[in-house]
Amino acid sequence: MAEVWVDAGEPEDIDAEDVIRFDHGGKTYALYRSEDDRYFATDGLCTHEKIHLAGGLVMGTIIECPKHNGRFDYTTGAAKGAPVCVDLKTYPVKVEGGRLMLRVS
Amino acid sequence: MTPRQIVIVGAGESGARVAIALREQGFDGAVTLVGEERHAPYERPPLSKGAIFGEEPPTLPYIGDAQRLSELDVGAVLGVAATAIDRVGRKLRLNDGAAIAYDQLVLATGARPRRLNLPGAEHGLTLRSFEDSVVLRERMRPGAAIVVIGGGFIGLELAAGARKLGCEVVVVEAAPRVLARATPAPLAAILEARHRAEGVEILTEVGVSGFSADAVELADGRRLKADAIVVGIGAAPETSLAAAAGLALDNGVAVNGRLQTSDADIFACGDCASFPHPLFDGRRLRLEAWRNAFDQGAFVARALTGAEDEFAAVPWFWSDQFDLCLQIAGLPDAGATVAPRDLGDGALMTFHLAADGRLVGVGAVGPLGKIAKEVRVAEMLIARRAAPSPDKLADAKVKLKGLL
Repeated sequence: MAEVWVDAGEPEDIDAEDVIRFDHGGKTYALYRSEDDRYFATDGLCTHEKIHLAGGLVMGTIIECPKHNGRFDYTTGAAKGAPVCVDLKTYPVKVEGGRLMLRVS
Repeated sequence: MTPRQIVIVGAGESGARVAIALREQGFDGAVTLVGEERHAPYERPPLSKGAIFGEEPPTLPYIGDAQRLSELDVGAVLGVAATAIDRVGRKLRLNDGAAIAYDQLVLATGARPRRLNLPGAEHGLTLRSFEDSVVLRERMRPGAAIVVIGGGFIGLELAAGARKLGCEVVVVEAAPRVLARATPAPLAAILEARHRAEGVEILTEVGVSGFSADAVELADGRRLKADAIVVGIGAAPETSLAAAAGLALDNGVAVNGRLQTSDADIFACGDCASFPHPLFDGRRLRLEAWRNAFDQGAFVARALTGAEDEFAAVPWFWSDQFDLCLQIAGLPDAGATVAPRDLGDGALMTFHLAADGRLVGVGAVGPLGKIAKEVRVAEMLIARRAAPSPDKLADAKVKLKGLL
């Protein structure tokens, strides 16, 4: 299948060690910038109660759901214990030509 | 000596969490979960929200369904009530005549809704179980007159949901304001104003003198038509088993910092347990909250397998009303001074500082995405016994994360 990359805005739209919401093609994603300026993307909704993860707190490589504090490693999508037990899907991200590019398929 | 047989009384959030966490830690003895309800353990927070007001017929939001419990090798004895603890023989007796031997026992018996002692009290509906939510869902029809007794979390969540469905809603609160018990006044005022703007009628400082099949009689003589009366005036800890067994009580089953009762082989957690909190000078707390039930369940699983530390999780509560979220961390009422922070989009946060300057409580109301990160950071500040400058806390330009 062809790789589809979409323009997800400027890298500076995201503060270091933070997350923003990005919607595209009827789907919602969460885009992350780590403390050391690496970028990551996961599904935008928590696997527990479909809450937008972009409202949650990023600490190191962990995103915490704003509703029930379910934790995921956003670099791998791995659920880090109850109440979340289903991993997040992750998506490749790159910075190209000063833009943040997200691979959606 | 490693205990071989752990029995948990109560299959709600806290009890289920003990069982699951024991297995997650690799405990390989027998684990038995005894629940009075016939259902496998389920989450209660959705009961006052989507279970009643969602478009789809509600399904049980399981914490662990029968298959998961079986996979975890957790014995589930459901639809059966525990009737007595034989502390000498180390047996839990059940109302079906059976007895289960234990090496260690956990009481996660929860709380029961308080009821009013009034003429016609039987006409008042309460909300605790999935079945209760099914009854309420039936009664909450567009145009129905709903009277909610009590302006607490559950009462206001039900009022908001009923109003959105098109019910005529009146909230009757005995105190001078809604959410008087746990919520800072400026935040309660935002929620109260929102309810009024949505058309919910809120009566404060009003007593109730009785119920009938179709009305609520107020102490001042007024009569409110009611197709359904919902009573949300708090919950009382379920302590009868502990009391009969001679365990110490103190506004709940009294436990020490490791959540051990006065019998070292019996622990208690969740809504039924009153425990000393190290962050608040050992003040004894009993919290009726999802997060506390979850945290204490996981903690007890560790304590049962030998952990020696004390339970010190920061209390944390939330409520959803209309599209507003309320989150509270710590104990705002332990504060002597308040620093407010404007989070934008109508969201407000209040920081509560003790006389010595330590941050002891925080609350916020607004859209979830506006408040959750900030409350989470503040919760960490409270856990670290931080004493941040009130000026910085009140200054929305100062990043809270930078104060950690």
